[in-house]
Amino acid sequence: MPNDPNKTAKIQGSVTIKLANTIIKFSGVNKRFGDTLALKQIDFELEQGKFYTLLGPSGCGKTTILRILAGFTDASAGTIEFKGQKINDLPANKRKINTVFQDYALFPHLNVYDNVAFGLVLKKTAKKVIQEKVLEALRLVQLSGYEDREISELSGGQQQRVAIARAIVNEPEVLLLDEPLSALDAKLRTAMQVELRQLQQRLGITFLFVTHDQGEALAMSDEIFVMNNGAILQQGDPVDIYDEPINHFVADFIGESNIVKGRMLADYQVEILGHQFECSDAGMRINEPVEVVLRPEDLVLTSIEKGKLTVTVDTQVFRGDIYEIMSHDAAGNEWLIHSVRKTTVGQQVGIYFEPEDIHVMRFGESEEDFDARLESYEDDDHEEV
Amino acid sequence: MKKYNAFYSVPYVLWLLLFVIAPLLLIVYQSFFNINGQLTLSNYQTYFGSGTYLRMTFNSIWYAFIITLVTLLISYPTAYWLSQTRHKQLWLLLIILPTWINLLLKAYAFIGIFSQAGAANHFLEFIGLGSQQLLFTKTSFIFVAAYIEIPFMILPIFNAIDELNPSLINASRDLGATNWQTFSKVVFPLTLNGVKAGVQAVFIPSLSLFMLTRLIGGNKVITLGTAIEEHFLVTQNWGMGSTIGVVLIVAMVVIMFATGERRKKGGHRE
Repeated sequence: MPNDPNKTAKIQGSVTIKLANTIIKFSGVNKRFGDTLALKQIDFELEQGKFYTLLGPSGCGKTTILRILAGFTDASAGTIEFKGQKINDLPANKRKINTVFQDYALFPHLNVYDNVAFGLVLKKTAKKVIQEKVLEALRLVQLSGYEDREISELSGGQQQRVAIARAIVNEPEVLLLDEPLSALDAKLRTAMQVELRQLQQRLGITFLFVTHDQGEALAMSDEIFVMNNGAILQQGDPVDIYDEPINHFVADFIGESNIVKGRMLADYQVEILGHQFECSDAGMRINEPVEVVLRPEDLVLTSIEKGKLTVTVDTQVFRGDIYEIMSHDAAGNEWLIHSVRKTTVGQQVGIYFEPEDIHVMRFGESEEDFDARLESYEDDDHEEV
Repeated sequence: MKKYNAFYSVPYVLWLLLFVIAPLLLIVYQSFFNINGQLTLSNYQTYFGSGTYLRMTFNSIWYAFIITLVTLLISYPTAYWLSQTRHKQLWLLLIILPTWINLLLKAYAFIGIFSQAGAANHFLEFIGLGSQQLLFTKTSFIFVAAYIEIPFMILPIFNAIDELNPSLINASRDLGATNWQTFSKVVFPLTLNGVKAGVQAVFIPSLSLFMLTRLIGGNKVITLGTAIEEHFLVTQNWGMGSTIGVVLIVAMVVIMFATGERRKKGGHRE
């Protein structure tokens, strides 16, 4: 959505914040396990008080970043800074960072109260203060009255809350969350997403959340880092990442996508399947081969005459809110359409989309070039306004 | 299904009846007869009335305690180190290996090592301490007993440490604990069950050690085990031997209950 005025404002706003409050900085971080490079040249900055998500498939290196930041493992190269101080050699117990573990890692020999109090007791905090803080933390995660319970008596969702309380009671400046919702059932997970987001906003501390679930990432984050094969592919707010994926992997990983090959004929003109379409992308070479993303919810079923493409319907599944329609075009490309209207299997239909629904991706474009290109569009929009 | 289960348990139940229940009953029965075959409580009166037997009981418990303590102090760090190394299985095998060798053989080997002209004294002479009386001392008895019991202490502790969820250790560090605090507040409490199992496996058999007391301890150490042997084989006073046996069994049961604990769930890797 290039002509969304909110977005421009947001980008300008975030630039000012960025200058003020960088809390974590990774520069050129590598991590080697034997012969394999698990992290390749990781660079990023986290600002104070924001909710960040590392998103990627399992084995992409997201948990390794978390472990390096927590101090459980060392980086093979590069520097990690906390408020401008290099912390590469600072042991885990000296960092003002706390972690919520994937398996919660609650101490089974201690009850809820003693689990939450663990960090404060180590710091030799006064008993009365410990009690106040523990009860407050339990209240924040809505577990008041559970102080004397044993860990084994709690449900998965309750254990998860205890794990969060145990971490936040220490008032960390950064809270790391390692797929903490993955063990919960779907309904509880959705509820916890909202709660986590609210908790983060109430505490005002930086959250770095690791997940492989794109829905989770989109729902909670201020900023998402999409990772694959030990590298960060794209960084941006959820809307940016969804609307303007940098490459095939990101487009495919975030949401459902129809991806077809195309060719740039000129600025704002792309050719797909032998047809020429107006689009909102520019700055590429003439005749540059590209990939084009069309989201299933942007495709509208219409008559063959009104449609921009003609497809044949293969299957139609009712999903409650939409019909999920699989179809194919004459060239054999598959098209997934989310439609509120139903159609007939086997029928030829037209699909219609707007120029701004076409998202053009270049092959092998770096994140820097990609950002520069998008920014140039936004400047164009500005002039129009 | 139930019928089949019952059928499969027949060998075990037979074994239990013949070699556990029946001997137990016989010992209890036997303990109520004096050396002349008369039904009496005099054996128990003798046991609890005479200083000799009580001292022997105290001796047994004291030596078993020391052997257990020495074994534990050596085994816990070993088990911890073992859980952290590579090639765990190999090291574990090397530790278990001596248990496959007959106890008597090991005892005789130590007689050789500790004798006046043995390897141990050669070494002492070499480092300038000179030859010492090693065999037939209390120290050598404790040393050899601990040597023999160590694998039985290491195994349960190793298992407990190995089952410990490693993210608990990370969690402890994350919350600000030093290595020592992590050990004392998380690792040790969570491996206590292994320690208890190891203590049971070492302390209880150590109560009735008798062969080592003679071969290595040179009868300087008299335990209840020695006394039972004497009564059955030398004085032929089966009644008194059985009485000591009953006391020993009761003591073992008490220790089992004292160290046994309902296992808490959790703390183990899923």
